[in-house]
Amino acid sequence: MVVIQRVVKATTRKGKKILLKKEPQVAEGPKKLLFFQGRRSSEKLRRLSKDLYDLKKPDAQMLSKKNDITIFENATPVEAFCKKYESPLFIMSSHSKKRPDNLVIGRMYNYNLLDMIELHVEAHEGLKEFACSKIALASKPCLVFNGPQWEETEVFKHLKSLFVDIFHREKVESVSLQGLQHTISFTATPEGKILIRSYKVMMKKSGCKTPRVELEEMGEDFVFITA
Amino acid sequence: MDVVKSVLEKSAKEAENYKSIEVKKLIDIDVGALLAVDSNALDSKALRVSPNDYLLKLTRDNTQLLFNEIFELPTEKIDEVIVAKLPKQRFSLPRCKPVPKPRPLTKWQEFAKAKGIVKKKKSKLSWDEQLKKWIPLYGFRRTTAQKEKDWVLEVPQNANPMEDQFAKKIEAKSERVAKNELQRLRNIAKARNVKVPRFGISNPDVSSAKELQAAVTVAKSSTASLGKFQEKLPKEKEARGVSSITPGATRKRKLPPLSSSEEKSQNLNIADSVLNKRPKIDLEKAVSRHINEEQLQRSEEKKSERPKRQKRSGGGGGKKKPKSSNRSRKGKVAGGRKRR
Repeated sequence: MVVIQRVVKATTRKGKKILLKKEPQVAEGPKKLLFFQGRRSSEKLRRLSKDLYDLKKPDAQMLSKKNDITIFENATPVEAFCKKYESPLFIMSSHSKKRPDNLVIGRMYNYNLLDMIELHVEAHEGLKEFACSKIALASKPCLVFNGPQWEETEVFKHLKSLFVDIFHREKVESVSLQGLQHTISFTATPEGKILIRSYKVMMKKSGCKTPRVELEEMGEDFVFITA
Repeated sequence: MDVVKSVLEKSAKEAENYKSIEVKKLIDIDVGALLAVDSNALDSKALRVSPNDYLLKLTRDNTQLLFNEIFELPTEKIDEVIVAKLPKQRFSLPRCKPVPKPRPLTKWQEFAKAKGIVKKKKSKLSWDEQLKKWIPLYGFRRTTAQKEKDWVLEVPQNANPMEDQFAKKIEAKSERVAKNELQRLRNIAKARNVKVPRFGISNPDVSSAKELQAAVTVAKSSTASLGKFQEKLPKEKEARGVSSITPGATRKRKLPPLSSSEEKSQNLNIADSVLNKRPKIDLEKAVSRHINEEQLQRSEEKKSERPKRQKRSGGGGGKKKPKSSNRSRKGKVAGGRKRR
């Protein structure tokens, strides 16, 4: 274990452990996601944030207060939030007349803004609207990207990186074969829309070792448009 | 032969009952990240008409391909659970914090490494003969155990009988703590390359003679004339190694005395260098002077051409004033005295 060389030492062992955790590590754990609101928020956005938060638990945090933040002009308050809550990923939801149902997804490096993308939410159907048995919490999902645009356009490549970062939870060395229950698919239509679907995986018998995969739509349904 | 045939037929029939796991498609799969990227073009008609069904079918196919890859991986059984070992993730994602740099070793750690000293693990409890019980060396109940031991403190032979031994012990402990804190801060300053003056005296009672000497030298040279007119005590010596922070303060040392032949040769060398002086040529000045002369020549030539041209054109344009030549700069005319 590396000894921390702080000028002011922590008085308790618990305090020392907390400070050690905040230092940069060689192997990093799952990235936390922070949800917060801008000046105004709409019903649709609130439900969407709540659903994503449920999906990302326990690696997520939701702030309920409204904040006077114009993120593309000044991102410093966002950096302060992320540093306080120790989350390198954030999603800001804001609603205004000129930019309705706006979602800004971004990430930080060393608590400085790395990149962010603004998306417009067109449609959303939550978890509750699907009558289906749900999966266990905190299982690592399989990610499927459909459409040639994910490899072609710069914006979509960037978005792909962001989505993988948000949904893949953490780097693992081995995965339980029974635990592969969740699949999320991201489809980029030629019109520039992004359709996100969430499925539960059911493994059926096939003639050989590898099972036949059947999907059942269990989760949220998002339609995003890149702003 | 018949048995083999019948078995094969049976397995073929059974296989027909189940749906196949084959998917005829080529997609990019990163098993380490459980990621599948399908770059084939989408069926836009199906997307418009029945998006949910189309997406379900598409995702099912891609997930099947991904699962086929996963089930090819080597597995092992951990606690009744079959686990597949994933290869390294190919899709690169940024870190959230920079990679930590290895910490530089402290002064003690370097010494220990050089000497080969290894830390011995001490157990928490140790047997104490005086109290005839196990007392902790640190943590919970240590101070109470020490207090039990110190119910009386002997006054040693050579000590003042009026001295408070208990207060002395407490003071010694606080001094040790302060020394440890100083060393810790020094290590941190060394690690962060923060310059700390070596010659400040934190505690005059504990400083060595060398440190005090150095501090005096530094203090002396902090006058306007760099300590030249500061008085010295009869046997006081100046500290060495201070010259980096007191530039110009320390006196120059006398050169060692030379032998007569050496001194003679040195003096002769000086005389030679003075007498054999040749005019040094400043190359740049010579070149620029040469260039200037050339330019003047050219301008003179042009001037001689110009009146002819002007006669032809009919006096167009004003005449330029001739540049003052170099000759007029010279004060005295070379070559001779004033004629009477």
